[in-house]
Amino acid sequence: MAQSPPLSKLTELAVSELADAIRDDRSLRRFLHGLPGVDQVGLEQRAAGLATRSIKKAAKRWAIDTAISVIDLTTLEGADTEGKVRALCAKARHPDPERPDTPQVAAVCVYSDMAATAVRALDGTDIQVASVATAFPSGRSALAVKLADVEYAVAAGADEIDMVIDRGAFLAGRYGQVFEEIQAVKAACGDAHLKVILETGELATYDNVRRASWLALLAGGDFIKTSTGKVSPAATLPVTHLMLQVVRDWRDSTGQLRGVKPAGGIRNTKDAIRYLVAVHEVAGPEWLTPKLFRFGASSLLGDLLMQRRTQLDGHYSGPDYVAVD
Amino acid sequence: MIDSPWEYAPAPESREIANLKPSYRMFVDGKFVDGGGEPLKSINPATEEPLAEVSSASESDVDEAVRAARRAFDDTWSTMPGKERAKYLFRIARLIQERGRQLAVLESLDNGKPIKESRDADIPTAAAHFFHHAGWADKLGYAGYGPDPRPLGVAGQVIPWNFPLLMLAWKIAPALACGNTVVLKPAETTPLTALVFAEICQQAGLPPGVVNILPGAGDIGAALVAHPGVDKVAFTGSTEVGKQIQRSVAGSGKKLTLELGGKAANIVFDDAPLDQAVEGIVNGIFFNQGHVCCAGSRLLVQESIADELLEKLRVRVQTLRVGDPLDKNTDVGAINSAEQLAKITELAASGDAEGAQRWTSPCPLPEKGFFFSPTVFSDVQQSMRIAREEIFGPVLSVLTFRTPAEAIAKANNTPYGLSAGIWTEKGSRILWAAQRLRAGVVWANTFNRFDPTAPFGGYQESGFGREGGRAGLEAYLDV
Repeated sequence: MAQSPPLSKLTELAVSELADAIRDDRSLRRFLHGLPGVDQVGLEQRAAGLATRSIKKAAKRWAIDTAISVIDLTTLEGADTEGKVRALCAKARHPDPERPDTPQVAAVCVYSDMAATAVRALDGTDIQVASVATAFPSGRSALAVKLADVEYAVAAGADEIDMVIDRGAFLAGRYGQVFEEIQAVKAACGDAHLKVILETGELATYDNVRRASWLALLAGGDFIKTSTGKVSPAATLPVTHLMLQVVRDWRDSTGQLRGVKPAGGIRNTKDAIRYLVAVHEVAGPEWLTPKLFRFGASSLLGDLLMQRRTQLDGHYSGPDYVAVD
Repeated sequence: MIDSPWEYAPAPESREIANLKPSYRMFVDGKFVDGGGEPLKSINPATEEPLAEVSSASESDVDEAVRAARRAFDDTWSTMPGKERAKYLFRIARLIQERGRQLAVLESLDNGKPIKESRDADIPTAAAHFFHHAGWADKLGYAGYGPDPRPLGVAGQVIPWNFPLLMLAWKIAPALACGNTVVLKPAETTPLTALVFAEICQQAGLPPGVVNILPGAGDIGAALVAHPGVDKVAFTGSTEVGKQIQRSVAGSGKKLTLELGGKAANIVFDDAPLDQAVEGIVNGIFFNQGHVCCAGSRLLVQESIADELLEKLRVRVQTLRVGDPLDKNTDVGAINSAEQLAKITELAASGDAEGAQRWTSPCPLPEKGFFFSPTVFSDVQQSMRIAREEIFGPVLSVLTFRTPAEAIAKANNTPYGLSAGIWTEKGSRILWAAQRLRAGVVWANTFNRFDPTAPFGGYQESGFGREGGRAGLEAYLDV
């Protein structure tokens, strides 16, 4: 076996390969279809196997605090009001007011018309404001409308933009179109971080998820995100495993670190810890930070706070002791 | 590897669950009795502490047990209707499930295998073998061996230490389903779960003498195999001992099945699903510390992806957690005995001497007990000892090939032939390769999967006869 080339050389090599990949539509297609396949049975077996890690005591307390600190506390309902958003922001600031050592969440995630409200409510904190944009959740609109949505959110002060890809174009094989759209949104983001929602439940196969993940990273996405939360299935452990493999492979070939955000359906501590174990063992421990990993969730925080109290107090207190916001 | 801020807290299973007794006795004619042999000391390979004293059989005990088995065969078991035998087998299967936690912890204590494997693989599969064969007991006339196939008589069975309870199930379940009675000798270093199984036989109300368990060393195995009252010999273990057994039973008219060593090829083509191939390679060689006769111990990788795959493999192997077998987070447990550890160490050293490149996982090892770090040899050539001899430990030899034909030629270039693996996204290539590989089991895009319905067995020096499935019944029927 030949020795592997030194990393710097490997990076150069890979970057020039990647530059070739995005030269035109055909080379993009060739590149995406040249990625190694995903074996469904094997992937799901691995995800199920890792989910049986037993995390207890100090390891569990660390996991709970980490899980809290990577949450994008989310409200994405048609019925959202300013009051609802302000309540969520208050919870983001002080998740558990009786225990001030509780970490703050990473971000509050709202629709673009609520971004300004969230920015005001979170003034003076490190909590980011994330806004979904680009005709969320379906993405069915003209590019100009999507870009205007993004610009509106950025102008309102959003630090992070969660965009949806055009799944129709992706499934029809128009990878170039999806690529250019992500690039255009990235440009419209300015300094804001871009999370690219793949809506994996609509992509149907793991091979598609891997291709879409690479496509999003090639186009400049800072994060790849599983779901809008409006489509079932939303985030699953195997899909998240796969996306974690992609960001690890991306790091290995470019040296750059990109993030992963599972969203939708992660409701309790046990699930959250399973995802953290996957982050830890699939991508690597350096991904266990809000810079590189997020949970998109609304009700998860309540369960984490209850479990946190259970760990610290030695007994379970119940949901009435945690704010419902 | 970057140091994690997150160290999983130890999550050990309580050893109390094993209900360990200071001493165990052998099981003959439905009773626990003292053996005439020198008592065995069973030790915990993870701590080197003694676990229990086990009375062992003498040659006269072998004689006693075979006579008890013969009586049970003649008086009750062979004449009992199949559906009645099935009830006992179902009962045994359910009792294995009910006492699953106890058996899993005891197995991990005695053998050194991680609790997650004894709990999630060994014990459930053992129960599944009894369930499966219970279903056959009243349907033997439909198995394709004539309308009324007859049992053979008394089966003398000798099993190894790598899967103590599972190998017992592979041997006893089909024997009983077909109407035979058994005398079984568990391995010298791992007799405990077999003796708890004897309790289960009592609990199930199995007639005395149908199952007899004789702990002992190789001499007792030899005496059992050579005993004139035995009609059928079944052995799983080393090729060397298998050959001795074959010589010993030659000309006696006894039926014989042997399940021996292996040096399986795990072939990764360049279009394979790489991340899952890495998982399959890890599972193929590090499952049960590599103490698996069908382990994928020779990795054959297509040259064009060899560097990438090996890099991914090393990153993955680093995450394997080696240590306390009772900790639920342990992936790789202890080597079963000091003797086995010495063998692995010696063979690995020959890899260095012959010019292969050794890579060892940097994972920490416990200070006490018999442990061996997961090891990958690259630059291995077909002529080296580590490519030809069975290591029976967590040591992987990596070879490369350029064309599919070369892969098949290298894979088949071994005196063994128990199992093989193929990794490719191309279905036609799976079929093409499977037709050409000389191995009893060929896994495609997976490895080390066991099921009671699938026949298992070898070619050449990996032995003959099949266990499991319809084919496995043949070994215990007069056909």
